[in-house]
Amino acid sequence: MIRINCPFCGERDHSEFSYGGDGSIVYPALDAPVEQWVEAVFQRENIRGVQTESWQHVSGCRQWILVERDTMTHEIHSVRAAHEGVAKVLEAGK
Amino acid sequence: MSASRLEQGGRIDRSSQVSFKWDNQNFTGFVGDTLASALMASGETIFGRSFKYHRPRGVMSAGVEESGAIVTVGRGDRRDPNVKATTQEIYEGLEASGQNAWPNVRRDIGAVNNLMSRFFSAGFYYKTFMGIPPMEWGKGTGIWMQYEKLIRKAAGMGVASREPDPDTYEHGHRFCDVLVVGSGPAGLAAAVQLAQAGLDVMLVEQDYELGGDYLNQTSPDAEEKRKASIKALQDAGATILTRTTAFGLYDYGVAGLLERVTDHLAEPSPHTPRQRFLTVRAKHTILATGALERTVAFGNNDLPGIMTAAAAATYVSRYGVLPGKKVVIATNNDSAYASAMTFARVGADVTLLDARGSLPDSVGGLLDSKGIALKASNTALCANGKRVISSLDLAVDSGAGWSAGETVDCDLLLMSGGWSPVVNLLSHRSVRPVWDKDNLCFVSPKHDEPIQIAGSANAVWGTSDCEQSGKSAADAAIAAINGDKTSVSVSTAVGGWETPIKPLYEVKVEGRKLKSFIDPQHDVTADDVRLAHQEGFVSVEHLKRYTTLGMATDQGKMGNIIGLALMAEALGREIPEVGTTTFRPPYTPISLGALTGRGKGAHFKPLRRTPMHEWNLANGATMTEAGLWQRPWYFAREGEGITEAYIRETITTRETVGLVDVTSLGKIAIQGPDATEFINSIYSNAFAKLPIGKARYGIMLRDDGIVMDDGTTWRFSETDYFMTTTTAHAAKVMVWLEELLQIRWSHLKVHVTSVSEQWAGSAVAGPKSRSVLEACVQDENAVSNDALPFMGVIETQLKNGVTCRIARISFSGEMAYEMYVESDYSESMMDMLWESAKSFDGCLYGTETLGALRIEKGHVTGVELDGRVTIEDAGLGAMASDKKSYIGSALRKRPDLNRPNRPQLVGIIPKERSETFKAGSVLCAEHKIEGHGEGWITAVTHSPSMGHWIGLGYINGGYSEWSGKTVVAADPVRRGNINVEIISPHMVDPSGERMRG
Ligand SMILES: [Zn+2]
Repeated sequence: MIRINCPFCGERDHSEFSYGGDGSIVYPALDAPVEQWVEAVFQRENIRGVQTESWQHVSGCRQWILVERDTMTHEIHSVRAAHEGVAKVLEAGK
Repeated sequence: MSASRLEQGGRIDRSSQVSFKWDNQNFTGFVGDTLASALMASGETIFGRSFKYHRPRGVMSAGVEESGAIVTVGRGDRRDPNVKATTQEIYEGLEASGQNAWPNVRRDIGAVNNLMSRFFSAGFYYKTFMGIPPMEWGKGTGIWMQYEKLIRKAAGMGVASREPDPDTYEHGHRFCDVLVVGSGPAGLAAAVQLAQAGLDVMLVEQDYELGGDYLNQTSPDAEEKRKASIKALQDAGATILTRTTAFGLYDYGVAGLLERVTDHLAEPSPHTPRQRFLTVRAKHTILATGALERTVAFGNNDLPGIMTAAAAATYVSRYGVLPGKKVVIATNNDSAYASAMTFARVGADVTLLDARGSLPDSVGGLLDSKGIALKASNTALCANGKRVISSLDLAVDSGAGWSAGETVDCDLLLMSGGWSPVVNLLSHRSVRPVWDKDNLCFVSPKHDEPIQIAGSANAVWGTSDCEQSGKSAADAAIAAINGDKTSVSVSTAVGGWETPIKPLYEVKVEGRKLKSFIDPQHDVTADDVRLAHQEGFVSVEHLKRYTTLGMATDQGKMGNIIGLALMAEALGREIPEVGTTTFRPPYTPISLGALTGRGKGAHFKPLRRTPMHEWNLANGATMTEAGLWQRPWYFAREGEGITEAYIRETITTRETVGLVDVTSLGKIAIQGPDATEFINSIYSNAFAKLPIGKARYGIMLRDDGIVMDDGTTWRFSETDYFMTTTTAHAAKVMVWLEELLQIRWSHLKVHVTSVSEQWAGSAVAGPKSRSVLEACVQDENAVSNDALPFMGVIETQLKNGVTCRIARISFSGEMAYEMYVESDYSESMMDMLWESAKSFDGCLYGTETLGALRIEKGHVTGVELDGRVTIEDAGLGAMASDKKSYIGSALRKRPDLNRPNRPQLVGIIPKERSETFKAGSVLCAEHKIEGHGEGWITAVTHSPSMGHWIGLGYINGGYSEWSGKTVVAADPVRRGNINVEIISPHMVDPSGERMRG
C-alpha cells in the first residue's frame, strides 16, 4: 500500500485517493487544433521510472494533487497541490 | 514409531485435560498441546494420505512448515480443511479428521495409486489427459475438463464446507514505530531494546506463546530470560499480539497481519470475531522470523516416523512427548547434536549419523558420556517399514561418494539437512535473497528497505548470538527512524557452527532405485525433478509449475531448496546460478473470510436510501437497486404483479398524473463569478446565455469526444447554478468538475459543491401535474404557464412554508416538474403532493414506469450513453454547438466518430406485434445472423400507448438504413430470435406537444 502525504491532510493510505492520470500533460486550449488534442489525450508515455501523476484525495479533502512517483519502486519524491494558486500559497507558508 | 507421553516435563498443563475427537474416536490431551502432540502422545502415527499416491503421512515438523500432518478441523459449517496439526491448539470438543483418504487415513482405498506411481510422474496430468505423447488417448481440453473432475475427487485436498460461514471477521488498522515479527531470542531482544528506548513497538508472534526457540530449551536460564523480556516489554507498554501471523509485507512499511482470535477456543463468545485482518503501518520492521530445518531426499523419506531433528526435540521439551524410543538422527551440520542430547536425556536409544567426516570436537566427548552411538560419514539411504519406519538402510561415504551400508532398526528417524532462514517476508518486498555458501542457505542481501532481519532469519545460529543480533537490529531501526543514515548496520556474524555444514540434498547409490520425496504434500520426487529437466524445463519457475513442487499449502517451506539443488545438479550449475522462486504473500494460508471481513451480505457495498425511503415503503413501494441506491421499482395495488403495476402507472401518468422519487439524481451547486463560463465550457450546447430562472438540458462530452453524461442545469442568479446529473454518473461528474477547476482551469473563480444529499426531489408528471402543484404551493400563480413555462425555474414556498425549487422539465414526455426541498422536509412534501395527486386519480410510480415512459419518448439513460457513443450516435447531434469550443469539441471531429454507418439510436418493435423481446439481444440482418451483428438492444418495455412491446437500441447506419427492412433480434441463449422492425426512437409524441402544453 502506497502512503501519500496529502498537503492538506497529512500521510494517508492510497486507498483514500483515486488515481487521475499523467499529471505532466498540459491540455491545449479548447479551440486549439485537433492535432494538439490528439497529442494530449492519446499520445502518452508509459514511463518506467519517475513520473508526475495526478491523484485526488477523494475520500478526504477532495483536493487534486500532483505526485512524483517512481513506477518501479512506488517511491514518492514529491507531493504538491495541483491547483497552481493553492500550491503557491502553501509553498509561501512553509 | 511408538510415541508416548513422558512422565514429566514440557510446557503442557498436566492438570488440565482436554477431550477431542480424531476421525470420530475420542482422545485426550492437555492444555498446551497441539493436535499433533496430543495425537502422538496417544500413539497415533498416520495423520493423512498424500496427494497423488495416497501414501501414509505422519508428523514431519512442529510448526508452519508441516507437510505431512495436514488435517480437517471442525464440522458442518465450521469445517476448515488443510489445517496443520502441528499448529492447531486442541480445545475441549475439537473435532478433526484426516484428509485424502477413504474410509480413513489408516485404511485408504486410494492407496492403490501408490502401486501405479510410475504413471504419476512429473507432468502426468498434462501428458495423459491433455494428449501429449506418449499417451495420446483422451486428447483435447474438453475431455480434460471431464478427467479433471475425477482427478480432483481422487487427489487429495481437504473439502471446505459448502455452507455459509457462520463466523464474523474483522478488519483493523494499526500504526507503530517498529513492527517486530517473531518473538524468539532475536525478536524479544529487539522489541525490549526498542520499547525501552521509548518507541511504539508492536511484537507479533504466530505461536500461542511468546518465546520462539526459548520454548524448546529446557534450561531454567532460558525461561528466566524469556519471562524477564516479556515483563520488560509489558512494562514499557509495547503492543504484543500472539496467534498472529505477519503474512505479507507491502510498500511503505505496510504489513498484513492475521490474528486468530477464537480458533483455539471451545466456546468462543458470539461477539468475538473468529479472526482479525490487521493492516499495520510501521516506520520500520524487524524480521526475527527464525529458520526452518530442512530434510534430505532419500528412499521412502516420507514414511511416518521421519521428521526433522529440532522438531522432534520440540515434542520432547515443549510438549513432553517422546516421539520414538529407538532413534536414528542423520545430519550434515552441528545443530542435530543438541537434538540427540535431548533424546538421550529422556532415555531414548540414540544413534547419530553425521554425513561429515570430521566432527565438532566439543560435542564428541559429550556424546560418549550420554551413550549416543556416533557414526561419522554415514547418512540415511532408504527407510523401511510398511506403514511406519522400522529400519533404515545406511549410506556410507567411503571418500568416493555414497555406497550402501548396514541396516539398523529404529522407530524414529530424525533428519537435519541444514536450515533455511525465513526470508519470505523480505522477498515480498522484491528483495531477492542471496546464497550463503558457508551456511548453505538463502539469506538477505544488502537492501534499501526500512527492514532489518535478525537472528536465525539471518543465519545466526546460537541463542546468545541471536539475542545480540536482535539488539543490533533494534539499534539500526532506531537510527533509521531518527534519520541517522550513517551509523549502524547489523554486523552480527552469521553462522556460528563449529564444523562447517556439508552439502547434502539427496542420498542415492549406484544401481538402487529409490522413491525420494522433496515435496511430500504434492508427492514430488527427486526423479520428477530430473524428468522435468530431461524434458526441457530448466528454469526454476517452470520446474515449479510442471512438477507442482512447492505449490501445496506449505508452499515448499521444507522442500524448495532440495528441488533447487537437484535442478542445479542436473544443469551442472551452482544453486545461486539456478536462482530461487519468488516467495509471495501470504506466508501461511489466510481464510477468505478474513480477507472479506465485514464486507459481505448487506455490507458488501454501501447502501443509499433517499430521505423518502420510509415514505415510499409506507405507500406500497417494492424497492429495487439502482447502483448503490434503493429506489421504488413499482407500487403494486391489490392483486397486481410488477407487469400490471407498471402498465397501470404508465397509463395513469400519461392520462392524469404520477409522482416519482428522483432524489438519487446527482445534484451539484456551481457558484462563483466564472460559473457561466465554466458551465458553457463543459456542456456541448450553448449555456452562455441561459437566462436567470431557466433550466436547460445539457450533454457533457469527455476529452475524446464521447458522451460522458447528461442532465439539466438551472440558473438562479448571475453566479448561482444547480446542476443535476444521472444517478449512475453523479460521483464521476463531481470528480470531473473538481479536476477541471483545480488542475486545468485554476484561473476560474468557481466553487462546486455536491448537494445530492441536501436536496430531496420528486418528479410530478402528467396532464394534471400543474393542478397538483397548484394545490401545494402558497401562491398558485407562481406555477402558472406564464410564470413557470416549459424549462422555467422558480423558488417558491409550499403551503407548509417550506422553500421548494421547481423546474418544469420532463423525462416522461408529459407536462412535468421536478421539485426539490431540503431533505428533512421530503416526507411533508410527498404527503402534500400525494394528497393532491390522489384527488386527480393520480399514482405513485417507480423505476419500471420511469423506464417505460422514457423508452416511449426515446430519451436516453446510462445504458444508451455507455461510454462508446457520440452525441450524434445518440440522436442528439443538434445539442452539439458549432459556435463555441467546449470539452470534447476538438476530438469529436475525428473521422471515425463521423463515419455514416456508425451505430445510431433507433426504436425497435416486434414484427409480429404480440411478441416480446429482451434487452441485450443482438440486432442482425435478416439472413446474416452471426458475429456481432449490426447492433444491439439497450432497453425494452411494454408500451401502453402503442399497445405492444417496444425497445431502444443501436444499429449500424440507423433508422434511415433499416427502415422497412426486417431485422432479427438474436437472443440465442435465452429466448431465441424474433423478427423486429426499426423505427424512429421518438415513438410517442415526437413533436413534444404534451410536455410543452
Ligand atoms: Zn487531503
